[in-house]
This record gives sequence, structure tokens and C-alpha cells, in this order.
Amino acid sequence: MIPAVISLVLVGFLFGGLLALAGQKFAVEEDPRIEEISELLSGANCGACGYAGCRGFAEAVVAGRADTAGCPVNSSEVDAQIAGILGLEVSHREPLLARVYCQGSSDVSQDKSVYQGIETCAAAAQVSGGGHKACADGCLGLGSCRDACPFHAISIVDGLAVIDPKLCTGCGKCVQSCPKGLIALASRASTVHVLCKNTDRGASVRKYCKVGCIGCRACVKVCPVAAVTVDDNLAKIDYDLCISCGACVEKCPPKCIVEERSHQAQAAS
Amino acid sequence: MRNGFDGGVHPPHYKTHTEDVAIRSAREPEVVVIPLVQHLGAPCEATVKKGDVVDVGQVIGDASAFVSAPVHASVSGKVFKVEPRLHPALGKPVPAVIIESDGENRWHDSIEPRDAEDLTPEEIIRTMRTAGLVGLGGAAFPTAVKFSPPKDKPVDTFLLNGAECEPFLTADHRLMLEGTADILTGMRVMMRALGVTTGTICIEDNKPDALAAMEAACKDVPDIKVVSLKTRYPQGSEKQLIKSVLNRDVPPPPGLPMDVGVVVSNVSTAHALSRAFKTGMPLIERVVTVTGPAIAEPANLLVKIGTLFHQLIEECGGFEGNASRLIMGGPMMGIAQFSTDVPVIKGTSGILALGAEDEWDGEATACIKCGRCVDVCPMRLVPILISAYAEREWYEKAEQLYAADCLECGCCSFICPARRPLVQAIRMAKQHIMNQRRERQAAST
Repeated sequence: MIPAVISLVLVGFLFGGLLALAGQKFAVEEDPRIEEISELLSGANCGACGYAGCRGFAEAVVAGRADTAGCPVNSSEVDAQIAGILGLEVSHREPLLARVYCQGSSDVSQDKSVYQGIETCAAAAQVSGGGHKACADGCLGLGSCRDACPFHAISIVDGLAVIDPKLCTGCGKCVQSCPKGLIALASRASTVHVLCKNTDRGASVRKYCKVGCIGCRACVKVCPVAAVTVDDNLAKIDYDLCISCGACVEKCPPKCIVEERSHQAQAAS
Repeated sequence: MRNGFDGGVHPPHYKTHTEDVAIRSAREPEVVVIPLVQHLGAPCEATVKKGDVVDVGQVIGDASAFVSAPVHASVSGKVFKVEPRLHPALGKPVPAVIIESDGENRWHDSIEPRDAEDLTPEEIIRTMRTAGLVGLGGAAFPTAVKFSPPKDKPVDTFLLNGAECEPFLTADHRLMLEGTADILTGMRVMMRALGVTTGTICIEDNKPDALAAMEAACKDVPDIKVVSLKTRYPQGSEKQLIKSVLNRDVPPPPGLPMDVGVVVSNVSTAHALSRAFKTGMPLIERVVTVTGPAIAEPANLLVKIGTLFHQLIEECGGFEGNASRLIMGGPMMGIAQFSTDVPVIKGTSGILALGAEDEWDGEATACIKCGRCVDVCPMRLVPILISAYAEREWYEKAEQLYAADCLECGCCSFICPARRPLVQAIRMAKQHIMNQRRERQAAST
């Protein structure tokens, strides 16, 4: 028994020593700032920065390949902290927000058929007519964007995707997941939006959706800065020109132009 | 000799609704909507405009591309509009010519009978093209293209496809009984266009009367043979039919029947070709089976292309009971419709209405790895793996498993005890793969 204990202890020391030597000899020098920056990041590994996860982004920032504000998820404070760690100037980035450009929930927008099959929007969009919704451009409400969101900011309410602006980080994952192209990123600061993508003629839109754009041009007429145009029966706002006065919101007959504050206040009440 | 094809299933036939109902002409439509895309290949450009007066058989849309087929006016009257209208196969609005009929059915001056006897193969193929002929079995591939094999691919056999393996459909069946002589004439013209000396008419054995009629008609014809095939779905698919009858394996895509020296054509197409010579009238009408448990009086109707579905359904007594699903084509490969305001196109073999009680409304359950989908796949694919990858959007993996070769025949979904939407998933993968290939091709040129 004793010789066995002694030999095991010796073997243990021998390998321990070898490992210690190897550890010193082959040690990889890592910039401690990578670890520091990694800890500041959200850790969602969403990939919106274009790098393989948060760690990849941290490495890229330290190596100077990525902008300190390159992570769309970070708040401006975090961006400043990262810049501070690296001793760089804080670069300004417009905070983005994802919005669903459709308000056609099941109580205001009709269905044309009953869909049975794979429960993803991409699958439903492929069947005849582009899915069960009467509006060929409307939100199918099967939740592909909800499943794609790494921050649980999207929920499906009455067959419509709704994004919680408090949780949304503007990473853009949902944008690619929507087969109808209904989600887009835009500045958080712009508050007036046309929440419709339908290009059908007004008379047909009215038949199936109460909140669809009918291309009536009331918004174009009332806009004081000519920021609204109607093209292909659909109103469009030029965010560079829009002063968020809300005049078009007042005039819009189907209420498809929405001012976000009022929208949020409504939701709260 | 005949070994049959791989896989396949035996769905109930449901043909009794209409197999004994003689073909009758549908009521003259007051308005026809004729889509400019009714075939595989390049879409047509309208050659008429709003307000033009057109005659029956007049070309109203044509394309210069090789893989295409012109479309013709099916009624005489005034062009009401040229605008996008809902298309039954594509499920979205595509440009269509809308004609208000004047009820006169005036024939266009160019329509005159032609004798096929002394035409060269090139002239026959040109007539196929000008008559707007496409495969009437459903896929609507331009016939002229099919009959122009490249020189290095000699064709030695011609098969006339009268399998009609889709449940419910009886349009080809009735045509074989009522238009036997025309089918044979058309078949002879097709054989001459190909330069082959022997032809085979292939009919499944669930249509004994059609078999008897064809056999009787071919009794004294040494170069045409009639074979009876054991009924199995999807025997009417070209590659499967070739395997069943000739025991030749068509190579996987892009392999075509002509790679093994065969051309297959549908009986309805042969019938239409014969009419195109006999009367000179291009393809402006076809037989459509309007059937299903939710149709009051199922029938086989001779319908002008462009007639709207709701008119035909009305003519068959309207919907009966709890109609819940409308399909263009058969139940296995047909396309579900969400509106009856769609026109009959060249590829419309049937209009099928099912009731709520005929449908499976349960949820799909988990795969139990029974492997039946693998057993029944006529293309020897592994549907369960392809669909699993497709549902996870791992399309490269699906492509490695030859997802793009899928026929979408629906055998796997039909047999699946867990009712998994296998074909839908594979179709998603196919679409994705096709898009990627197109992008790659565009990038490389």
C-alpha cells in the first residue's frame, strides 16, 4: 500500500511540475481589456455587430477593427465606458429602434383563409396568397420575429407583432426574420411613422383592413414641410425632413400614421 | 419486365363522383380572365390593349423566349382591361387580359383546319407552339419545347400518359372514353414529330373502361400498344411512369426523360393537338373535373380557358354542406385557393371542394422515426431528415440531401402517422435552394 501511495504522489508532483512549466512556456498573452469590455456587453451574442458574439466584438474593438460604438445594443453610457477603457474619443451613434410597420391585429384586419401547417411566418408566407391574412403585406402574427429576438422585446398580441421599445436594443435580428419585410430599424428620435406597407388601392384596402393606408393624400396636403409623399397608394415619411409636428397624424382617416408618444400613452391607459 | 417504380402510396380513388358523368360543355362565360402566365417558362406580353375587339383563337399574349407558349382569346368580344388578377397557381395577382364576351363566338381569320399528314416534324412543332400547347396534366410545360430534344439525345420511345393517378380527377379518363379517336390522331402526330415508330398508351387499371376503349381502338394498329398499369400514386409522374413501363431510370435532375430516349405526353395534350389540326383552333378550352364531397352535382366540364371558378361551381349546383377547402387540381398535389374569383388556366385539371369533415384538423405530433416517409418516397429521398433540416432553416444540409429533387407528390405527408407537414417543409427548402442557385448564377455571370 505504502509504495503505491509514494509512487502516486511522486507521479503527481512530476506531472504537476511539467504542467506548471508548460503553463509558463506556452502562456497566451491576452489583453486584459478584452475581458473588461466583454463584461460590459450584454452577452446576448446576437451578432448584430457583425462579429461572432460579444467576445468577438470585444476582441475586434481592442484590435481597432471595430468602432467603440459598433454594438447596436449598448447604451451611450456603455459606449463611453468602452471608449474610456481604450482611451479613445467617444463616437456618437444614433440609438435605433425596431418598429413593426403594420397595425393589422385580428380585430381590425380580416383573414382570407385558415392556415394549417408549419407555425412560422416564412412557411405561412409561402402558401397561396402569401398567408392567411387578407392583406398580402400584413403581419401574419406567427411570431418568427418573437423567436428571433434575443432580448424578448417582441410579443404577439391579437395576431400582431408588438415591440416593447424599453426592451428593444435595435440589433436588427427581427428585421431579417420577417418574410413580409414589415420590421425596420429607424432612429428612436423620429416619432411619427406610417405603420402600413400595403400598396393596394384604397377601395380594396378598406374592405379588409380598418387601419391600412388608403393613399388618400390627406397627410401630403397637411404636412407643413413636405416630408410626406404618397407613392403606389402608400404614404411615406422622409425622416430627414419630418419635424414630428403630428399634423398628418390628426388628419389620417384610417389612423395608419401614428405618433409614438400618443401610442404609448394609449397603451398605458 | 415491368418492375414498377420505387415507393408510392395507395390513396382512396374517390373517382366514383364523376367517372360515369359524360363531359358536357360549360355555360358560355360572359367574362373571361386570361392570365399571361399559364406555363412554365417566360411570361407572355399582352399583344392587345383595352378596347380592342378580339376573336376566338386570336393571339392575345406572346413571348419571344424559347421556353414559353402564347395565350389566345377563348371568346370573341372586347378587351375590358389588361391588369393583374389573382392567379390560381401562383397565388398572387399576375397580368391578365380580361375579355367581355359578345356571345357571338366569332372565329379569328387565322383559324383554319390543317392536314398533319404531309407536315414535317419542324412544322408540327411550330404548330404546337402557335397553338399555345402546354402539358395539360398539370405542370403546364410548353409542349413544343418538350418535342424539340437536342440532336445528341435520340428519342426512341413515346409514352402517352393516361395514368391520371390523382384521386378525384376524371378529366383524362372521360376524354379517353369520349375522345378516343382524337387522342389517337394526336398521338400519331406527336410520334411523327419525334420520328419514333412505336408508342405506348399507359393507363392505370382502375379505369377498365378506358383501357377497353383504347384497346379496341388500337386493335388493328400494330405500332401502338396499350398497357395496363397496377394503380399506384404517383404513377402519372413522368419519371415514375417511365420506370413502370420501360424499367428505365431517368437520371436525377437536371436529368430529363429524353436522357433515356423517352418523351411522355398527357392524353389531354394529344387530344388538344389533334383539335389544333382538325379545326385549327389553338388551346382555348380543356376538360375540368369539378368534384368533391362539398360539390352538389360533380361533373366533367369542357371549359373555356379564363372562365372563373365560381361560375363552374355554380353550374355544378354550388357548394353543399360544410365546404371548407377549395383546391385547384387533385388532393395530393393541388393548390389550395382562398377565392373562387380565379380563372381556369391551361393547367387546371380539376376543381375540388372538401368539407370540414373530410379534413384533418389535429395538430402534428412528434416524429416517431417509423421511416414510412422514406419507404414511400418515389425519388428515394429521406423526407424526415430534409424536413427536419428545413424547419430549422439549415438549408445547406437539406440541399446535401437532394431536397431540390423532390417532386412534391405528397406521399410522405400522406403516409406520416404523426401528420407532420413534410412536403411543406421540403418545399420551403426547395424554394430557398432555388433562390440561392439563381443568385449564385446571377453573381457568376
